[in-house]
Amino acid sequence: MIHSLFLVNASGDIFLEKHWKSVVSRSVCDYFFEAQERATEPENVPPVIPTPHHYLISVLRHRIYFVAVIQSEVPPLFVIEFLHRVVDTFQDYFGVCTEAAIKDNVVVVYELLEEMLDNGFPLATESNILKELIKPPTILRTMVNTITGSTNVGEQLPTGQLSVVPWRRTGVKYTNNEAYFDVVEEIDAIIDKSGSTITAEIQGVIDACVKLTGMPDLTLSFMNPRLLDDVSFHPCVRFKRWEAERILSFIPPDGNFRLLSYHVSSQNLVAIPVYVKHNITFREGSSQGRFDLTLGPKQTMGKAVESVLVSSQLPRGVLNTNLNPSQGTYTFDPVTKLLTWDVGKINPQKLPSLKGSMSLQAGASKPDENPTINIQFKIQQMAISGLKVNRLDMYGEKYKPFKGIKYMTKAGFIYINWRLLCSSSEWTLAHKNLY
Amino acid sequence: FLSMSTNTLYNDQGGAEAAVEVGQESTPTSSGTAAGFGLFSTDFKKNEDLKEMLESSKESLKLEAMKRIVGLIAKGKNASELFPAVVKNVASKNIELKKLVYVYLVRYAEEQQDLALLSISTFQRALKDPNQLIRASALRVLSSIRVPIIVPIMMLAIKEAATDLSPYVRKTSAHAIQKLYSLDPEQKEQLIEVIEKLLKDKSTLVAGSVVMAFEEVCPDRIDLIHKNYRKLCNLLVDVEEWGQVVIISMLTRYARTQFTSPWKEGATFDENNEKAFYDSEEEKKDQVEAKPYVMDPDHRLLLRNTKPLLQSRNTAVVMSVAQLYWHLAPKHEVSVVTKSLVRLLRSHREVQYIVLQNIATMSIQRKGMFEPYMKSFYVRSTDATHIKTLKLEILTNLANEANISTILREFQTYVKSQDKAFAAATIQAIGRCATNISEVTDTCLNGLVLLLSNRDETVVAESVVVIKKLLQMQPTQHCEIIKHMAKLFDNITVSMARASILWLIGEYCERVPKIAPDVLRKMAKSFTAEEDIVKLQTVNLAAKLYLTNSKQTKLLTQYILNLGKYDQNYDIRDRTRFIRQLIVPNEKSGALSKYARRILLAPKPAPVLESAFKDRDRFQLGTLSHSLNIKATGYLELSDWPAVAPDQSVRNVEVIEPVKEWAPSVGKAKPPKQDDKFYSDSGEDDHEEEEGEEGSESSSSEDSSSSSSDSSSSEGLSFCVCIWVNIPTFGPVKSHELLHHMTGKGLSARYHFPRQPCLYQPNMVAVQVTLTNGSDHSLEEIHIGDRSPASLNLHCFNTIERLEPEASVTVSMGIDFSDSTQAANFQLCTKDDQFSVSIQPAVGELLMPSSMTEQDFCKEQGKLLGMNETSATITLAAENSSSQSLSKQVLSVANVGVVSSSENNIHRFAGRTVSSGALVLVTAESRESSTALLTINTDKSIMASMLLRDLKQALAQA
Repeated sequence: MIHSLFLVNASGDIFLEKHWKSVVSRSVCDYFFEAQERATEPENVPPVIPTPHHYLISVLRHRIYFVAVIQSEVPPLFVIEFLHRVVDTFQDYFGVCTEAAIKDNVVVVYELLEEMLDNGFPLATESNILKELIKPPTILRTMVNTITGSTNVGEQLPTGQLSVVPWRRTGVKYTNNEAYFDVVEEIDAIIDKSGSTITAEIQGVIDACVKLTGMPDLTLSFMNPRLLDDVSFHPCVRFKRWEAERILSFIPPDGNFRLLSYHVSSQNLVAIPVYVKHNITFREGSSQGRFDLTLGPKQTMGKAVESVLVSSQLPRGVLNTNLNPSQGTYTFDPVTKLLTWDVGKINPQKLPSLKGSMSLQAGASKPDENPTINIQFKIQQMAISGLKVNRLDMYGEKYKPFKGIKYMTKAGFIYINWRLLCSSSEWTLAHKNLY
Repeated sequence: FLSMSTNTLYNDQGGAEAAVEVGQESTPTSSGTAAGFGLFSTDFKKNEDLKEMLESSKESLKLEAMKRIVGLIAKGKNASELFPAVVKNVASKNIELKKLVYVYLVRYAEEQQDLALLSISTFQRALKDPNQLIRASALRVLSSIRVPIIVPIMMLAIKEAATDLSPYVRKTSAHAIQKLYSLDPEQKEQLIEVIEKLLKDKSTLVAGSVVMAFEEVCPDRIDLIHKNYRKLCNLLVDVEEWGQVVIISMLTRYARTQFTSPWKEGATFDENNEKAFYDSEEEKKDQVEAKPYVMDPDHRLLLRNTKPLLQSRNTAVVMSVAQLYWHLAPKHEVSVVTKSLVRLLRSHREVQYIVLQNIATMSIQRKGMFEPYMKSFYVRSTDATHIKTLKLEILTNLANEANISTILREFQTYVKSQDKAFAAATIQAIGRCATNISEVTDTCLNGLVLLLSNRDETVVAESVVVIKKLLQMQPTQHCEIIKHMAKLFDNITVSMARASILWLIGEYCERVPKIAPDVLRKMAKSFTAEEDIVKLQTVNLAAKLYLTNSKQTKLLTQYILNLGKYDQNYDIRDRTRFIRQLIVPNEKSGALSKYARRILLAPKPAPVLESAFKDRDRFQLGTLSHSLNIKATGYLELSDWPAVAPDQSVRNVEVIEPVKEWAPSVGKAKPPKQDDKFYSDSGEDDHEEEEGEEGSESSSSEDSSSSSSDSSSSEGLSFCVCIWVNIPTFGPVKSHELLHHMTGKGLSARYHFPRQPCLYQPNMVAVQVTLTNGSDHSLEEIHIGDRSPASLNLHCFNTIERLEPEASVTVSMGIDFSDSTQAANFQLCTKDDQFSVSIQPAVGELLMPSSMTEQDFCKEQGKLLGMNETSATITLAAENSSSQSLSKQVLSVANVGVVSSSENNIHRFAGRTVSSGALVLVTAESRESSTALLTINTDKSIMASMLLRDLKQALAQA
C-alpha cells in the first residue's frame, strides 16, 4: 500500500523521508514539485499525481505537504485518511505540527511512523495504543531522559492492541474521575447581497475528554435527537443502540477524542445569529470607492457574539483603503488585496462598523467583480441548532464521576456573496438592449 | 551508488524500475538530493565518533548515537557504513535502543546482506519467546529484511506464526506473507496455502490483514473466499477500520462474480421477504418460482452488514461502502449512501476532492440521488480551484428543467469570480446546460453574448468558443450574434477565440454577406502576425468566401493563399496547397474541385458537449484508477454480473450451524444473543459470528504471558463475567447471562443449570435464574410472560412481588427442551416492562447421569453400534492427558455419570436424555502420544455429533 512518505515544506525542501518497503529515490518528488510550480496557490496542488512508476498522494496541513508514494492500485481515500491521521497524531504528541516540531522530535516521529504502518498497511493508529507504545515527549520528560538516560519507549508492551476494546488502554486509574463533553457547532452559510440565505447548514461535533478509572460504560442521551440528520461515530459507539433508541452507548477511549460528528440539515432552517449591513460602491470614472459595513446580532438568546472576524477579498483595482473601525483593528494587505477586520465582541447597544474610502488605480475602469465578505465568530454556551444533552449515565464502575457539558457555536463560514440579483429573464432583456 | 546497484541486483520484483531509479539518482535533478550528498561528505567525520559511541559500553551513549543515526536516515543521508557497529546492538536489552536498531536494520539490510545475516539468529530466538508481542515484533522485523537468502527461514517463520495461538501474531504473519511475496514471488503456491489457512481464522484482528495478503498475492483465487464469505460479512463491523476498507472492496469483486444482477428489468425485491429466506428453505424455493428475480440471501447479507459502516468516522470506509452499494445494490437502494457522501464534503480538502470525483461520476447516471443536496455543491470562494471545478461539474450534471434557473443564477456569480480559470470553466458549464436543456438554450446564448463585453480577456475568449459550439447546434437565425462577434473581433486577442469567430463567419458566411468579406480583408492585412490556428481559420474563411462570393473576394483569397504558401509552418503550407488545388480551377485540378463546395460547405454535425466524467464509470468507484481516469498498476477489473448464478452452496460451511451456535468454549460463558455483540448487527439471523469472537478471545487469553493482557482479553464486549461454582459431584457449573442490566432497565438476570432432577416434571431440565435489581428503585411483579414457540412446556417460578434495589433472588424453573438445543424464548416481565430473553442449552445439559456397571455398559453399547455410533480421534491438550483431568473435562461438558472401569486407559460415562430417556454412552480411550479415541453410542445421532464436537473442543484445549 503506502511505499514511502516524504515531508515537504513550503519552500519545497524534503525534510523527512520514511520507507516501509524498499527505498524509493527522493527524485520521485520532482513530479510533485512540478505540480507545485504549476499550481497558483499551495492548496491547488492536485492530491493525486501519477508518475511513470509511482503515484503520489499528498495532503497539505500546517503548510507541510505529506507526500505518500504508492506503487499500485489503492483507494486514494485510504491513503488520504491515513495521512490525516498521521498529522493528527503528531499534533496530539507535539502540540503543534510544524516543521520545527517534527525536526526536533525526529526520533519520536520515526518510532511513531514505524508503529503506524507495517509493510505499508496501517497497524496501530489509535492514539491510546500509540501512547502506550511511545510516550509523548514533555519538557520534564526530555530533561529527565537526558539526565538519567531513560527513554520514551514504553517499558510495558501495550495490551490495547490485543483487547477487544482496542481503542481503550487497560489499567486506567484516576483520583479525580471526570468526563467533559463539548458540543461545538459550526454554521456554514451563503447569504446573498440582499441578506437572504442561499444555503445554511450546521455541522456539529461532540468532543469528549474522559478521564475515568477502569472500564466505564457510558450512555449519553439527547433531549431532541431527531434534530441530528446525519451522524458519524467514533468506533466505540454502539450503532445498534443508536438505531433503536437514539442513545449513544459506548466504552470511551481514555483522554481526548471525537465522539460524534453530526449534520443538521438545511430543512430545519437555521437563523443566522448575525446580520451585516453593507454598502460597497465604486463610481465610474472616479478613483475613489466607498466602503461601509455594519454588523449586528440577531437571535442569540441573550448570548454574546464574540471573536468576530470579518475578511474580504477586495477587487484587484483597489490600491489602498482608508477606513475607520468603530471598534477592533483592521488590516489591508495591498499585495493580496485582503481586508481583515478583527472586531472582537459585538455590543448590541453600539453596533460595530467599518467606514471609509478606498482608493482605486487611476484611470482604471470600475471593477466589475464584487467582493465577498466572510465572517467568523463564536458564541459561548449556545448550540445554535438547539441540541441539548439530556443525561449521561455510567455503568460498569462503582464511583461517581464528575460530568460537564459545554456548548459553543462557531461560524465556520458565513459568506456574503454579491450575487447578481437579475434572473435569467433579465439577462435576456439586457441582451436586447445591445442592439 | 553502491546502494542502488545492489537494489537492482536483488530486487526481483521490479528490476526495470529500480534501473530507472538508478538513472534518476546518478543525475540528481532535485536540489534536495544534491544537497544531501553534499552534506554527507562533511558528515563523514561525525560518523567516526558515532561508531565510537556505538562501541562504547554505556547504554546511554549507544542510544544517543542511534538517535543521531535515525536523524540521518530521516534526512535521507547515507549511514550504511555504520552497519557493523549498529548490528551488534540488535540483542540489546534496552527496548528503545533495540527498536532504533530495527529501524536501521530494515533500512540497510538490503545493501549489507552478509552482515545482516548476523542478526537473524536473534530473531529466530525471539520467534519462540513466550510473549506474543515479542514474537510478533521479531516476525515483523525478520520479514522486513529484504535479503533473498533468508527466504526459507521467513517461510518457516510465517507458517509457524500462522498457527500461533495469539491472533496478534497471526495478524503479523499475514503482513509478512505480502513481504515475502514481494521478495520472492516463487513462493506463491506455499503462501497461498498459508493464506487459505488464515482466511479460516475467526479473529477480527486477523481478517483485514489476511484479506490484504489475499488481494496482493492471489486475488484471482476467488474460490478461497466461498467458505469464509459469511464469516467475513458477519465479522465486518468489528474489524478495525483499515481492514474494513480492504474487505469491502474484495467482497465487492467477489459478489460481482457470484450473484446475479439485481438490476434486471422487472426486478422487485420486497424487504419483508428477506427474513423468510433465512427462516425456511421451502419458502425460499416457493419464491424462486414465483418471482423473476430473487436476491441471493448472501448478497443481501453483504448489503445489510455494510450499511451501518456508512456512519464510520473513517472517510475511506464510508466511500468503500458507497461504492459497494453503487456496484451491488438494487438501483432503488443506492440512494442510502447519498447523505453520507455529502457529509464527507465537510472533511479535509483532499477528501472532498476524491468524494466529489466519485459523485461526479454517479451524478451522470443518477441525477436523482444528489438533486436534493444540490446546495451542498455550491462553490465557496475559499475552495481550491480543482474543488470548484468538480462542484461545477456536478451542478451541471444535476441541471434539469426544474432547477436550471437556480443553477444558472448561481453560475452567473461564478462568472464574476476572481479566479479566472474557474470563470472560464463556468462558461463551459453554461454551454453544457444550454445544449442539454433546450428550454434554456436561448437564455444561455443571450447571457453568453452579454459576457462578450466583459472586461476580462479569458472570459470573453471562453464565451466565444462556447457560443461557437452553441450556434453550430442551433442552425436557426443567429446572424445578430455573429455580427456582434464580428464587431468585437478587433478587440479580442486570444487566438482560440479569434479562430472560433473566423470559423463561425466562414461557416455562416451566406447569412452575413456584408460583414464576411470585410473581416477577410482585415485578416489579410494582419495574416503574418497571427497565431497558427488563426491562420488556418483564415485560410478556411477565404476558401469558403471564394466559393460563395468569389466576385468580392477572389483577389483577397489569392493574396492569403500566397502568404500561406510561404509560411514557416508546414501545416499551413500544406493546407494552403490543398485549398488552392481544391477551389481554384486549373487544368490539372481533377474531379475533386467539382465537389469543392460540397466538401467545404457541407452541413457539419454539432459537437456534443459532455461531461469529462462520462466514461469514468468504466472504473470501479473509489479506486485510484477512477480518480486518475487511467488504469493504475494492479487495478482489478470488476467483472460483469454472471448470467446464471454459480452454485450457491459453495458458501455453506460444512458443520451444521446450530451445533456451532451453542458450542460453549471452556472458561467462557455464553451470553444470550442480543447482548453478545454490542457492536455487531446481531439483531437478525446470524450464523457464526458469535463463535468467531469467542474463539479469538479464548486463544488470546491462553497465550498471553503477562497477567495484564489476560485481564484485558477477558473483558469482552459482552461484559459477561464467568462464575465458576464447584459442585463436587457434577463438576463446575457455568452461569450464563439471561438479561443485561442495561437492556433490562436495571433488572439483570443470569441462569445456570444446577444439574439436578427437575422437581416439577421428570422430563424437564432444571434451570436456576438469579434476578438482580441494579436500578435505583424497586421492581414489582417479576414474572414470566409469553413464550415461543407457544407449545413450549415451561414451569414458571412464582411471581416475585417486589425486588428492592441491589437485592437479588434465585428462583428455579423447569423447561422441557424435548432433547433439542433449540432455544427456549420467553418474556421476563416486570410491572412496567417486558423483556424478551432466551435460554439456549448446551447439549450436555440435556442429559441426566445414569448409573450402571461396566458389564451393563458394554451390553448396551453392543446394541448401539453402526448408525448409532459416532467416534473420532482427538489430540489431547497436555493438561488433559491425565485420566483424572480427562474425566473432569468430560463431566464439565456433559451431565453424565462415571462408570467404574477395569481398564486404566478407558473411561466410560453413561447418561440418559432428560426428555425421552434415550441412553447416551461415552467412551474415551486414551492412546499413546496424547491422543484419544472418543466414541459416543446413542440413537439420538444429532445429539451425538453435537456432544462429540463439544467434547473434542474441551479436551483439545486447556
